[in-house]
Amino acid sequence: MAVVFEKSRSLTDEILTYCPGCTHGIIHRLVAEAIDDLGAQSSTIGVAPVGCAVFAYNFFAVDMMQAAHGRAPAVATGIKRALPDRIVFTYQGDGDLASIGMAEIMHAAARGEKITTIFVNNAIYGMTGGQMAPTTLVGQVTTTSPYGRKEELCGKPIRMSEIIAQMDGTAYAARVSVHDPRHVMEAKKAIRRAFEAQRGGEGFAMVEVLSTCPTNWGMTPIEALKWVATDMIPYYPLGVYKDSSKGAA
Amino acid sequence: MAKLTILSDRCKGCGLCVEVCPKKVLGFDKKSLNAKGYRPASAIAPENCVGCAFCARMCPDCVITVER
Ligand SMILES: Cc1ncc(C[n+]2csc(CCOP(=O)(O)OP(=O)(O)O)c2C)c(N)n1
Ligand code: SF4
Ligand code: SF4
Ligand code: SF4
Repeated sequence: MAVVFEKSRSLTDEILTYCPGCTHGIIHRLVAEAIDDLGAQSSTIGVAPVGCAVFAYNFFAVDMMQAAHGRAPAVATGIKRALPDRIVFTYQGDGDLASIGMAEIMHAAARGEKITTIFVNNAIYGMTGGQMAPTTLVGQVTTTSPYGRKEELCGKPIRMSEIIAQMDGTAYAARVSVHDPRHVMEAKKAIRRAFEAQRGGEGFAMVEVLSTCPTNWGMTPIEALKWVATDMIPYYPLGVYKDSSKGAA
Repeated sequence: MAKLTILSDRCKGCGLCVEVCPKKVLGFDKKSLNAKGYRPASAIAPENCVGCAFCARMCPDCVITVER
């Protein structure tokens, strides 16, 4: 018998602190598998965010740092410039990246910083109890939009992949999802490509992964996967928005 | 015939593996609880497993190993 699937070497044996069915866990695994595929476990440095993934340094079996809220791309910039032969990645939520950390991510992309950003978009602030994020959908109920997000008050959610793809320093920008096994396989390819872009010195690379927050969405884990397909993907179209190896999208 | 190894103590009973299995191999053992108090997934019809690893790829907690 041959092993068809086993846990990645680049993950530790720690039990994840995520809620049951939260797809942060799937995304961690895909990042770890990309590091395995590159043979880069001993040369990778990750930067954990503030948010539910704050403990990511316990879960990845690589060197890790933890940055102040939204500042992971700035910390990663420092690490990469001091140690340019390392693979450096940030792992950030949508509150972290698209709200308080908007300046850091935009300027990391503008500078063409040779880092890889994994952007977990679950359309809410998970860790703090489910407040509205810049990515919360119009009509979505959160603790700070109890009647649903209103466009008149808050505008429409921010589509980060499209914005990042516009920056000249960006080598790769893609949006993927992990709501079923087929999409998980596609997400894996995109994450791997985003690490390869860094290794090839092509520029900044970001993969936005649509993710669930069953706890704060008030859904079962399975309902949450379905909501990604029915409600999130229509507003956040999946696809590769820029790939420097193939010319602009 | 494929072989599943389920590390029940890591399982959080979320049911994603049960949902995506095309062969209805997985279910919940109604009689057991794990150390964390979750009802772990288990193979209720292991003979039907084709080793596609859909379950393992959807499990957020890396509970399942698949051999074929
Ligand atoms: C400077 C600062 N401001 C605010 C907070 C409070 N805070 C902690 S996590 C968080 C948002 C987390 O949401 P997100 O980045 O979407 O990640 P998730 O928890 O959903 O994975 C906020 C606002 C903080 N820790 N530090
Ligand atoms: S609060 Fe939401 S994002 Fe955070 S671990 Fe729980 S389900 Fe995941
Ligand atoms: S490997 Fe495929 S058939 Fe076997 S239990 Fe998992 S999902 Fe079902
Ligand atoms: S997906 Fe993983 S954690 Fe969820 S029930 Fe199945 S084995 Fe348990």
